Amino acid sequence: MKQIWTIAIREFRAFFDSLIAYFLITIFLGLTGLFTWLPVFNSDVFFNQQANMQPFFAIAYWAMFFFIPALSMRMLAEENKSGTLELLLTKDVTDWQVVLGKFVAVMLLVIVALLFSLPFYFTIAWLGPIDHGAVICGYLGIILMSAAYAGIGIFASSITSNQIVAFLLALLIGVMFLMVFGGLAASIGGTLGKVFNYMSISTHYESMSRGVLDTRDIFYFLSIAGLGLLLAETVLSKRKATH
Amino acid sequence: MNIVVENLTKTYGVQNAIDDISFEVKTGQIMGFLGPNGAGKTTTMKIITCFMAPTKGDVRVGEYSIKDEQEFIKKRIGYLPEHNPLYTDMPVIEYLTFTAKLQGVSKSDMNTQLKSMIALCGLDKEKHKQISELSKGYRQRVGLAQALIHDPEILILDEPTTGLDPNQIVEIRNLIKHIGEQKTVILSTHIMQEVEATCDRMMIINNGKIVADGAPTTIRKQAQGHEVLQICIEDGPSENILSGLQNLATVKSVDINPKNQNHFVIESINDESSKRAIFQLCVQNGWVITELVPVEKSMEDVFRKLTLN
Repeated sequence: MKQIWTIAIREFRAFFDSLIAYFLITIFLGLTGLFTWLPVFNSDVFFNQQANMQPFFAIAYWAMFFFIPALSMRMLAEENKSGTLELLLTKDVTDWQVVLGKFVAVMLLVIVALLFSLPFYFTIAWLGPIDHGAVICGYLGIILMSAAYAGIGIFASSITSNQIVAFLLALLIGVMFLMVFGGLAASIGGTLGKVFNYMSISTHYESMSRGVLDTRDIFYFLSIAGLGLLLAETVLSKRKATH
Repeated sequence: MNIVVENLTKTYGVQNAIDDISFEVKTGQIMGFLGPNGAGKTTTMKIITCFMAPTKGDVRVGEYSIKDEQEFIKKRIGYLPEHNPLYTDMPVIEYLTFTAKLQGVSKSDMNTQLKSMIALCGLDKEKHKQISELSKGYRQRVGLAQALIHDPEILILDEPTTGLDPNQIVEIRNLIKHIGEQKTVILSTHIMQEVEATCDRMMIINNGKIVADGAPTTIRKQAQGHEVLQICIEDGPSENILSGLQNLATVKSVDINPKNQNHFVIESINDESSKRAIFQLCVQNGWVITELVPVEKSMEDVFRKLTLN
């Protein structure tokens, strides 16, 4: 456990040293703030006349889709390229600890960004009667969805030494889950359509952002996260396999 | 802690990077691994440090095998890979602390270990600088420091002096010699003098196979074969000197220097020395030896001979 934390803290610090953390948090808060508070596309709370965080969650849904691959793209791809992964794996750490450490770092930054958005929540709560349970559930939904994206992003980073490839691959896989499956579900009926519907992120996120806490949704996001991390770990341990 | 390599083979596709090699490095030895590029040195080191698995064979570090006891081995090895990869976005001290934590250095020991490593590797003035700001020589020292920070019993150094200037090379070499007094060290290099200067033992590897193994002086003598002397004899007619030398029993061949008729290169027959015979010959004829230089096969020549085939 300690090893995971040591690696996570190093990666987390690196986010801030490279300024990427500052950029992404600013962009995240800027975008979500814009759509939540200003009459752009008539989505803001004043237009909706509802005291809820729906505008925020709707934008966060898209922001995370880009935000997280941008964070994770460097994590293993750069180590592959510079050779630091080789050195890291000869230290007293397991492949799992490396992968999980990087995952924890991404999640930590996501939580920091979300913490900065709390003033939105407090302000809306002050403006009108807000359903606190729904908001908490919505935040949970973002965190879980981010976990899934992080799993995908870290896997994408593990199979290349080029950060841009890692970023694009993570986006590509994300798009499958975000839009393609949803689209297929809409046009194909029957059992296959139901399967695609279940695999689509929008299905699960929507209910969470409205305050519905369904274990199926939690299971869904955690499965994607887990699968991504498992694949990344497999890629790392392949070099240990005799062939 | 000794290292025993048993019938190690690593195949990439159809090529054998290393081909059934076996050797042992005893505790406290400094072993030099020599070989042309692509010979298999780095591959062997990557296997010993548990970075990758062999196709066949085993390595035992102490009583632990790389097959199933890697955690024990990784704790006890310090590794400096080729090209010395470092996290260039971290300050030196932070990087060393990170490495130390990963290798299990406890909080209580951390400060003492850091201080001693920084002192040992001469990093005191640079310790707060970002690694990206350091020159190659200092980066190499950081690389060495991270390999030593957890006080491992074994050091594996892949080309530790590549790219350093002559002063830095001497410093790193002395550092390695100093450290090697208590630890088992395997280092790989292209530089012959390095092996002779730092190592108790050397191995030459070529095309995945070991072609020489022993103390540097022994290997040189073995490759030497016969004695070769460069000699200048004066105060006598050149043809007489030439025929006199050629008639000596221990002399195999005599070459005369076309630019200087008094200068000869004399090769003796195997295991024989012609020095005394030549001296006696000159005394008998009243000739004067003005120069007598043994031609020693340099390590470069040994290396060439064993690896160019």
